[in-house]
Amino acid sequence: MPETAVAETGTELSPKELARRHGLTASGRLPSLPEYTRQLLSYRHFIQSHASAKMSSSLGSTKLGTVWQVLTPIINAAVYYLIFGVIIGTSKGIENFPAYLCIGVFVFQFSQSIVQSGINAITGNLGLIRALHFPRASLPLSTALVEIRNFVVALVVLMGIVLITGEPITAQWILLLPLLALQSFFNTGLAMFMARYGSKNRDIKQLIPFIMRFWMYGSAVLYPVTLFEDKLDGWQLALVEANPLLIFIELYRHALLENVTLAGAPTVLWLEALAWSLVVGIGGYVYFWRGEKGYGRG
Amino acid sequence: MAENERIPTVVADNAHIIYKVHSSASPGSGSPLASFKRMVTSAKASNVVEVHAVKGVSFTAYRGEAIGLIGSNGSGKSTLLRAVAGLLPCARGAIYAAGQPSLLGVNAALMNELPGARNVELGCLAMGMSPAEVKEKKDGIIEFSGINERGDFASLPMRTYSSGMAARLKFSIAAAKQHDVLLIDEALATGDAKFRRRSEARVRELRADAGTVFLVSHSEQSIRDTCDRSIWLESGEIRADGPTDEVMREYEAYMRK
Repeated sequence: MPETAVAETGTELSPKELARRHGLTASGRLPSLPEYTRQLLSYRHFIQSHASAKMSSSLGSTKLGTVWQVLTPIINAAVYYLIFGVIIGTSKGIENFPAYLCIGVFVFQFSQSIVQSGINAITGNLGLIRALHFPRASLPLSTALVEIRNFVVALVVLMGIVLITGEPITAQWILLLPLLALQSFFNTGLAMFMARYGSKNRDIKQLIPFIMRFWMYGSAVLYPVTLFEDKLDGWQLALVEANPLLIFIELYRHALLENVTLAGAPTVLWLEALAWSLVVGIGGYVYFWRGEKGYGRG
Repeated sequence: MAENERIPTVVADNAHIIYKVHSSASPGSGSPLASFKRMVTSAKASNVVEVHAVKGVSFTAYRGEAIGLIGSNGSGKSTLLRAVAGLLPCARGAIYAAGQPSLLGVNAALMNELPGARNVELGCLAMGMSPAEVKEKKDGIIEFSGINERGDFASLPMRTYSSGMAARLKFSIAAAKQHDVLLIDEALATGDAKFRRRSEARVRELRADAGTVFLVSHSEQSIRDTCDRSIWLESGEIRADGPTDEVMREYEAYMRK
């Protein structure tokens, strides 16, 4: 390119040179990770207001409105209790099976709804994405925020159920707070991952119900965790017991129930939960950030 | 130097845009077996048609300019705008832009279930305004859009709005902020004459505040009123680029043929 000759005249630079000189960037430059995080922080009000907007619009057309937030987990627990507690009666060796079951169902539900709504975080907001510029991670973040709020309500219901079934309030209940923080971090990463993956592969949405059911059976939600130790060994058992949701559920049971057989020592479970949260939370965020410029395309 | 005052905001350097369309035209390729075979062999689907929508477009847009994009249907105007906004990648060449161009299209829906007023808040926050700023500007935006002229529509969900009302509200939200580059794709066409005048005035204000506005419209009058420069696209290539009067004259002569 004879750029030097042209540059001397000062009027006819090549388009590329002209753009560079005035600080123009090719549309679609990816900001660095710290820069992106800063941008995201400055959009916290948007994230909050988007989350509550979504919540009120999803319940807005129902008569009971926000009562459903409490009603849904209660009905959910009642159905499972009726089938597994009363009709089939799998309470084998578990002292307080209704509470044991409800903890599993509620905690699993938290991650399940994150996956289901995370996958729509991008594809369900294409209009917003195409019209306005904001860090796209705001969308899976607001999705996660909605689910975290829902879960906090469900957790209060859960504590009520646990008390009704005869468990005492102990000092261990305080462990619920760090546990909630860890699972929320884990779930936010999961939402980010699903949001990007779902925006590229629309077909995955059809498979999610099956994947989640498979995951649920691997998380000892409906039956005692000791069942795995009886039936599996070696690498198979190790694989099942490394399941992050099984670990979270076990830790909630540890915090809320008095006499309960866990899949492993609490300290080990805590370390595993911490490792999973960090890997999935940070990994999901980085994965989402790398796709930032592609959302809304096509 | 006089050149110092002309600061470019968008530079298109020989930009080509090709997008792929999945058509179900060829029989057999849509069967489950055929799609399974494609997934396994990862072969390129036979029913993917490549559309070469923009073929080597180069131009430079400067601060304070309003540029009209004209051309017959399917000439690549909307595609070009979406590429400037960064929503479509360039297959060859590049498009450079200042800041983040905002694209305002007819189908740029916000949240249909929510009342107009909530959409205004949300849209403003999404443009990076602070909550205090939003509070301050909210009433002005609703007033500018004129949606409350026929009763209290701001508190009704947006799905109850007519297409013209929704478009007016969207424009009002986007125009509440100073943009380096604002791309308007037929968004004003659905408004009535009164709103069109108001929005054209707002476009001129945005220009005066050192922004660049691109306007795609089939309304010659609105291009003549707002744009001093026009680019005429035909089959993905630039046929003319210059003062609106001249380009319009050529374009009209061409369309009469």
